[in-house]
Amino acid sequence: MSRQSASAYDPLTILLHWLIAAIILGQIVLGFVMTRPSIDPALQFSLFQWHKSFGMLVLVLAALRLLHSLIRVRVAPAPGASRLEYMAARFVHAALLALALVVPFAGWMIASVSPLNIPTFAFNLVVVPDLPFAKSDFAEDVWTTVHTVLAYTMLALVLLHSGAALYHHYRRHDGVLQRMLRLRRSPAETPVTEVPTKEL
Amino acid sequence: MTRMPVVFAALLLSTALPTTGHSATNIPSLDEAAGRYAVTPSSDIDFAIDQIGGGGIRGKFGTFSGTFDLKPGDLAHSMVNFTLKPASVSTGQGRIDAFLRSAAVFDAADYNVISFKSDRVVQTGPETARVSGILTAKGRSNPESFDVKLANWNGKAIGFDVTGKILRSHYAMDVGEPIYSNVVQFNMMIEGRRA
Repeated sequence: MSRQSASAYDPLTILLHWLIAAIILGQIVLGFVMTRPSIDPALQFSLFQWHKSFGMLVLVLAALRLLHSLIRVRVAPAPGASRLEYMAARFVHAALLALALVVPFAGWMIASVSPLNIPTFAFNLVVVPDLPFAKSDFAEDVWTTVHTVLAYTMLALVLLHSGAALYHHYRRHDGVLQRMLRLRRSPAETPVTEVPTKEL
Repeated sequence: MTRMPVVFAALLLSTALPTTGHSATNIPSLDEAAGRYAVTPSSDIDFAIDQIGGGGIRGKFGTFSGTFDLKPGDLAHSMVNFTLKPASVSTGQGRIDAFLRSAAVFDAADYNVISFKSDRVVQTGPETARVSGILTAKGRSNPESFDVKLANWNGKAIGFDVTGKILRSHYAMDVGEPIYSNVVQFNMMIEGRRA
């Protein structure tokens, strides 16, 4: 790493991490529920619009996170982690951020190429224009498949990522989870190698 | 998407006639046009709903029927009765049609007819009138009005351009607001043949 490592995440990184995580999990549940064949049509319409609104929000937040990650000081590898573990973590983190951008983009594509031509009116506040691509049932089907497959891929990575965090917390006791939770009073001054204290 | 009927033919007549025959339309004389008419299948029941950001949904109803009595000398007592089948809605997009027929909008399975019955006709110009009445859709009835303009008359058939705005929220059809306007604009060409 060319940049000096930090021992803790900055507040914006932590805020964006949890905000995006919460919305994405909610979006996956919403996406599953709203596509059940037996759903009430009026409810379905409403849920789709909420899904589109939160999807646009995730896209903005993930873009912000990407930009921020390019300029912030990188946090040091987990203490005791092997190079392989470190590289795996880096890969999963990068994949999660990439999917946090690509999945909503694919959703935006669905709305853009659908012949239904339903406007995206995010939170009933902002009209998000369609991306400039030809509309067709075929294109809608393709992007729907891309969106769905990538979304569930992201869910799988989220589970892997969460499992790793819990592993670090309960088995390694290395403070990796705490530094994203920011439970320490002075994270910037607390070495990540320190064993978590009871106050946590 | 409520639709209405319309036919206010009467109105025009009465109005139009007494006044002048200045328009391109062959305005019928009172006596000539008086009578009972049946709405023909060649009539057009078109509607449009604006959506945010421009554009919107345009559609039509293919199955309808109606009658109207023209009383040129007694316009106020001219009558219009019109019904249409909401299941016959067509927008050119099958999924939208299915949505419109569903319980979210027309609930065509439970309410298979939308009807309009006039209760008042008021002349508003030489060839125009305003027809007011009760529109019933999805179990809700509300007073509505349509503007009618005489379009053609050939001695046997009479045609009117009918326009009106209906608030779908009055009929428990306000799904999709505010993306889609609450206002449904009807643009109809109602043709009647002597019954």
